[in-house]
Amino acid sequence: MGKPIRRNEDPRLLTGQALFVDDVHLPGMLHAAFLRSNYAHARINSIDVSAALEREGVVAVYTAADLGDYWQRGPLLVPPPPIDGLVFNECTQVPLAKDKVNHAGEAIAVVIAESRYIAEDALEDIDVDMEMLDAVVDIETALDGDTPRIHEQLQSNLAAHVVQEKGSYEKAAASAHKIIKRRFIYDRGTAAALENRGIVVTWEARSEQLTMWDTTQAPIPIRNGLAAMLGLSESQVRVVAPFIGGGFGPKIMMFYPEEVVLPWASMQLHRPIKWIEDRQENFFSTTQERGQVHESEMAVDENGKILGIKDVFVHDAGAYAPYGLTVPINSQCTLLGPYDVPNYYSEFSAVFTNKPIVTPYRGAGRQHGVFVMERLLDFAARELGIDRVEIRRRNYLPKEAFPHNHEIIYQDFAPLVYDSGNYLPALEKAVEIIDYDNFIKTEQPRLRAGGKRVGVGIVSYVEGTGIGPYEGAKVTVENSGKVCLLTGVGTQGQGHYTAFAQIVAEQLGVDVKNVRVVTGDTREFNWGCGTFASRGAVVAGNACNAAGKMVREKILKLAAGILEVAEADLELSDGKVQVKGVPDSAIKLGDLAMQANPLRGAVKPGTEPGLEATAYFGPERGATASGVHAMLVEVDPKTMLVEIKRYVVVHDCGTVINPMILEGQIQGGVAQGIGNAFYEELFFNEGGELMNASFMDYLLPTSLDVPPIDTAHIETPSPLNPMGVKGAGEAGAIPTGALFAQAVEDALNMDGFEIHEIPLSPNKLFELTRK
Amino acid sequence: MKPPAFKFFAPNTVEEALTLLETHGSEAKLLAGGQSLIPTMNFRLAAPEVLIDLNRVNDLDFIRQDDGNLHIGAMTRQRAVERSDVVSKLQPLLFETMPYIAHPQIRNRGTIGGSLVHADPAAELPAIALALKARFKIVNKTGERWVDANDFYTGMFGTAVEEHELLTEVMFPKSTESSGTAFKEIARRHGDYAMAGVAAVVGVDAAGQCDAARVVFLSVSDAPLLMENACKALLGTNLSAAEVDAAADIAANQDADPVGDIHASAEYRRHLVKVLFSDVVQVAAERARA
Repeated sequence: MGKPIRRNEDPRLLTGQALFVDDVHLPGMLHAAFLRSNYAHARINSIDVSAALEREGVVAVYTAADLGDYWQRGPLLVPPPPIDGLVFNECTQVPLAKDKVNHAGEAIAVVIAESRYIAEDALEDIDVDMEMLDAVVDIETALDGDTPRIHEQLQSNLAAHVVQEKGSYEKAAASAHKIIKRRFIYDRGTAAALENRGIVVTWEARSEQLTMWDTTQAPIPIRNGLAAMLGLSESQVRVVAPFIGGGFGPKIMMFYPEEVVLPWASMQLHRPIKWIEDRQENFFSTTQERGQVHESEMAVDENGKILGIKDVFVHDAGAYAPYGLTVPINSQCTLLGPYDVPNYYSEFSAVFTNKPIVTPYRGAGRQHGVFVMERLLDFAARELGIDRVEIRRRNYLPKEAFPHNHEIIYQDFAPLVYDSGNYLPALEKAVEIIDYDNFIKTEQPRLRAGGKRVGVGIVSYVEGTGIGPYEGAKVTVENSGKVCLLTGVGTQGQGHYTAFAQIVAEQLGVDVKNVRVVTGDTREFNWGCGTFASRGAVVAGNACNAAGKMVREKILKLAAGILEVAEADLELSDGKVQVKGVPDSAIKLGDLAMQANPLRGAVKPGTEPGLEATAYFGPERGATASGVHAMLVEVDPKTMLVEIKRYVVVHDCGTVINPMILEGQIQGGVAQGIGNAFYEELFFNEGGELMNASFMDYLLPTSLDVPPIDTAHIETPSPLNPMGVKGAGEAGAIPTGALFAQAVEDALNMDGFEIHEIPLSPNKLFELTRK
Repeated sequence: MKPPAFKFFAPNTVEEALTLLETHGSEAKLLAGGQSLIPTMNFRLAAPEVLIDLNRVNDLDFIRQDDGNLHIGAMTRQRAVERSDVVSKLQPLLFETMPYIAHPQIRNRGTIGGSLVHADPAAELPAIALALKARFKIVNKTGERWVDANDFYTGMFGTAVEEHELLTEVMFPKSTESSGTAFKEIARRHGDYAMAGVAAVVGVDAAGQCDAARVVFLSVSDAPLLMENACKALLGTNLSAAEVDAAADIAANQDADPVGDIHASAEYRRHLVKVLFSDVVQVAAERARA
């Protein structure tokens, strides 16, 4: 624990031996291709698949009509939280569009054929008679009276309306020295995981078993849902989420149309079916995030102390909202950040649009809140003549303030209570590493005098991580002395094969390499939720710890009996248990495991064979991680190209399990944040069609665009779990937009020039500086 | 993203390729390095019924010099040009530009001829060819002809190569000693299609005055664009910063008529024309004087 050991999974991954969904080849396997709408909003008059069925190699073509009663809307994954006065208009996605399509890329029909080539050819044979409707693209006019209604069963395009209030902003504003008021825009991006989605599914009639390999972040809920939909027992359905090339949130969404339609089709055809999403499909049919517009104001006193904040925003829910209010509630709650905000009024309207579905994507709404808060602080500092770092110092919650109740409801339905935190040391460390004072006083004036446009940014954030409900783990010491660790969460590159192994190895005194981790296969472990919301290390990690501890106790008890000593006199190390300081007494754990599973005699009543235990962990609430990012940039004023000269992250995620894996998480998050801030943008035209659905025009940052990142850590353990860990998965990506805006604005140093939006680009900076 | 079915031929000689072209006419597409054609087919934006693969026509893979003129075979890989000492010596502008073309993996496969004939308005090689007054050898069943760069590009993705014809070679004429060249482009990320790019050839006489100028932009028009008025304005000047800036204004406001796209508005492109023109002409002038 706490050591930067190399990852157990890397040899497999680096030599191409790891199993991904597309590596699954089954005898007689068919291939699927989906017909997807080119229009964002249209009525379907009729669908003629007869020509497609005649094409050689086509086995079946299905539309919504063929699904019969199996055609159902997807489940509402997260019901609305218990907030007074909340309005929630439920509308979830459908497996195949029936009468209407509501976003470009929505699936209308599926072709099952002998090859993907033939299946794609047959898509062109399908004749869909569609009547194009005006599309709802702009979220700010989505609720206007003359805007077309997307879901005819609803009264308007309103998906939800929520007000949360703490204290009285009005009173705070009345006594304020200054009110800082701005409008902020944060627009869409896509997670663009390296591996797209994919499914291989087979129904074996003889064994009455359905097996689905699926790029899901939540295999157990998928298994449970599928069994219910197909009328099968859960024990008849096995879902395997093998190695997955990045999840980032969109791979949780359940159920995607493909996850509903293909298992059903395999049962109809009695043949295995493969579907691997291509990159173009990914841009339309995998969920996205980030569209919000905020009207925000901050009341401050003459010292820059926040008296209150008012924030009213519109949230783009996309065409359907299976994820309830998770994203906008996160925006609402995360806005408060590490600061003491005595009065808060927050109101949002989530609106349906004719754009791809919105569900959480790394950060999950937190970016927006952080952007609003950090920008307001920047402008307040400027208008009051206070240093940017100083205004943050003055507003931080002090370390004595924890647990701190913000008195509003969080995404886990509980009051937003920060379990722990210590913000000032992280800020001071970041200031020191980036040499902030020297840069502001000496370097920047010197470089500016030489015509360089250089700037510094420094921002803070918190991230609610590691929410429930629970995860489990099963630990078994095998006769070989090796340890098997089963858990249900599934993995998408987070290093679980190593981090979880480290936790159990620590409990049992074995080499980390001797702990074999199995995850993401419902046949191996029956209970759990999934990998999302920065919860793997916190929730599954603590379950591993608890199961490890139980096995440790079994080892001690059995060994104490054999060695005839007290348990307290035993120690575990090097795969052995021995009387402390007496190596001659050592028993190998494998030998002990054999004794715990005797071939003769009888196991005593009330005891279990083997050295094995299963444990579960469910935290009372989330653990609040926090951090500070700082950056130096240079902007070429002629071209508006931006170069990041330095990037510093000081992060506090409580107890660190493996610092190398943590650093990788942070660096990956920052890379995604940089992409979000300056490179990636989805361009929808007035008709709701996506104009840049390829990596030629959707720009991900490359290794040349992401600088080396200096990281440092503060450890403030969470009191809410025995290991004291907090999640780290999303942190890197959360504050980058706010940081980018502040640093670039500082570099350009133009009178009255302010940045109120993300994503930026050279083109946008050119436009903004010309205003 | 799978292409529709097509027939595939892989001739070994130019003659065989021309016969296939004659047989299949407009249904056929020539496959060189495939770096543009194959993605276009995978997106089903192009669906040729016949592909004639030129990758086995070894006669078209060469880099030769003859009396200071540089000859490059159409199927020569971009990576070979990038690494050629002959190219470096005879045509430093071409040599300087090669690393800007996409990424090494693409240049390993992409060919000189493929890029020149594809005539993407954002491609570097057509602009270089126009700046260096390259000549194009086009063959058909009845013979061959040489076409000047000025006449080769005919608009959006259009060239002088007719349906039954094949580009076999491009010739870059010997450059004069008193000229200097430079290239620069502004792209979102290294290797992307540039938002604007420029190649300049500037001649300086003994008195230090500009006696020749060819400044060609990419990505600001539907084909590589020679900035004629701006080049005229440079002639006879001392190429002082003020004079070059004045010409850059002409380039941006008279010669260029850029359109906007998601990465760069027309106004931003026009601004980049001005910035790039000044930068690159100054560098080329310095090199001419050196």
